[in-house]
Amino acid sequence: MLRVNFRKQLNNFELKVNFEADSEVLGILGPSGCGKSMTLKCIAGIEKPDSGTIELDGLTLFDSNKRINLSPQNRRLGYLFQHYALFPSMTVEQNLLAGIRPEDQATSQKDIAEIIKMMKLEGLEKKKPQFLSGGQRQRVALGRILLNKPKILMLDEPTAALDQYLKWQVQLELVELFERWQKTILLVTHNREEIFQLCESVSVLTEGVNEPKQSVTSLFEAPQSLSAGILAGCRNFSRIEILDLPAGLFKAVDWGLVLQSPKLTADAINCGAYSHNFKLLKPEDSAAINQISLKCHYNFSNGAIASLVCSPLGQEASNDAILYLEIDSSTPNLPQSGESFNASLPPENIIFFKD
Amino acid sequence: MNIANMDWYPLWNSLRVAAISTVIIFFSGIYAAWYIAKLPRFLKGILDVILTLPLVLPPTVVGFFLLKLLGPYSAIGKFFIDTANTRLVMEWYSAIFASVVVAFPLMYRTARGAFEGFDKDLQYAGQTLGMSNTKIFWKIVIPTTSQGILAGTVLAFARALGEYGATSMISGYTPGKTATISTTVYQLWRTGNDAQAYLWVAINVAISTVVLLAINSLESRNSNKIAAVEMER
Repeated sequence: MLRVNFRKQLNNFELKVNFEADSEVLGILGPSGCGKSMTLKCIAGIEKPDSGTIELDGLTLFDSNKRINLSPQNRRLGYLFQHYALFPSMTVEQNLLAGIRPEDQATSQKDIAEIIKMMKLEGLEKKKPQFLSGGQRQRVALGRILLNKPKILMLDEPTAALDQYLKWQVQLELVELFERWQKTILLVTHNREEIFQLCESVSVLTEGVNEPKQSVTSLFEAPQSLSAGILAGCRNFSRIEILDLPAGLFKAVDWGLVLQSPKLTADAINCGAYSHNFKLLKPEDSAAINQISLKCHYNFSNGAIASLVCSPLGQEASNDAILYLEIDSSTPNLPQSGESFNASLPPENIIFFKD
Repeated sequence: MNIANMDWYPLWNSLRVAAISTVIIFFSGIYAAWYIAKLPRFLKGILDVILTLPLVLPPTVVGFFLLKLLGPYSAIGKFFIDTANTRLVMEWYSAIFASVVVAFPLMYRTARGAFEGFDKDLQYAGQTLGMSNTKIFWKIVIPTTSQGILAGTVLAFARALGEYGATSMISGYTPGKTATISTTVYQLWRTGNDAQAYLWVAINVAISTVVLLAINSLESRNSNKIAAVEMER
């Protein structure tokens, strides 16, 4: 069990982190510069928080009141750096050896052979890191960490340095590793795909303050704040005016639309909708709930998905009244730039925010 | 001119002084570069100026300071004469003081540049893996920045070998005792012995050329390496 509760003043804001992690894959999702990497560095002992406590399995790693601050060497945390931090002057084998602690030297040969096999590094032992691909580098770095026998694993944007094609492969390898390694894993990222594919629970970190931990599905279905909604991938937002609370009727002010949803609450201030939740209506369809007449400004079709940039009819002049829709490209009569069409937003797919 | 009867002492003395100076500069330069880089900005600025000053001061000014600091009437000079019956100036090893002070900034600045370009994450990775800070420094930092360190070392050696001004003031010129290549060339020219002077000039040019070629090949090896890495990406 990892318990983290500390504060640290950074240049532009104060980092206030408070969470617990059990044997799970906990994602910390936040935009660039929100204090994600600093959080990991504080847990690892590379940076020192101003105040607070960090505990791991009952052992105090940091306590500002008791003046406890274990060195990174004595914390035994596996830290995968964003660019993997392989030692450039050492071969793959020497990099792996560097991970073995002096007290484990006796069993090291067997362990190294095992890790080389597990991380698919056969034949690369004598190569320097600069001659490895991104995926291979990450496997060496992970192998080095596993040989170090850490108590928890911390990953900093594990696939950010890879191109799209490699990303999938590496994510798959990480999933396999996580299944095998039944201990706490912390993963920080700005990429919701990494959260969706790799994590069980997630805490959103914005401007240095983290939201309570929640399940990954609940983050995407019911983000707790506007910034969480943006990080979860929601692209359409509007301020609202409640018209009839029991009926779930409200006005989306920025869009100039009257909509309804059973999820409407009295304290809701903003609403949002995912691009993929809009449904295209055929001309012959009968009127649907939350039907919207839209004008399509642009149609960006990229393979399977068409992205439409639209405004509600009558709102074309407003910069706030822009809706982004994602529609299956194979849909017949896909609206083209300049055309008007009807769509609907299913009531249960509207998200409400209290901020 | 008779090469067989030539006194080779200046060559031997110059190489000895330059080599010992380089060893001292190597460790002190690396140490200073590593620790000064971590200091607060204000203190760093002051120390930086003090340590770089010998690079731009006239060597005679450095020689003057050294004589005042280590001469027989100074506190330090007196102490060594009283306790060890040893003179710090006008001996062959006095030239080491001069070359160390004059060549030190070259090592210090080159090493600092190399350390500033060093990826801190490598150091952090070593720490989280449980490596001691000393081990991280010698096994990771130094090999990773070896091109810069080596270039600084070679430059410092070349500068120490060519040191004249401060050396002539603190060591003087005694044939077979404190003579170095540079002081010998001056002495030969002064006494009109051009033939011998030419020979020593040739030797000096040859050594310096080899040193500079060594730096160039280091640099091109470095840029080849970078090109290879870029290709990989």
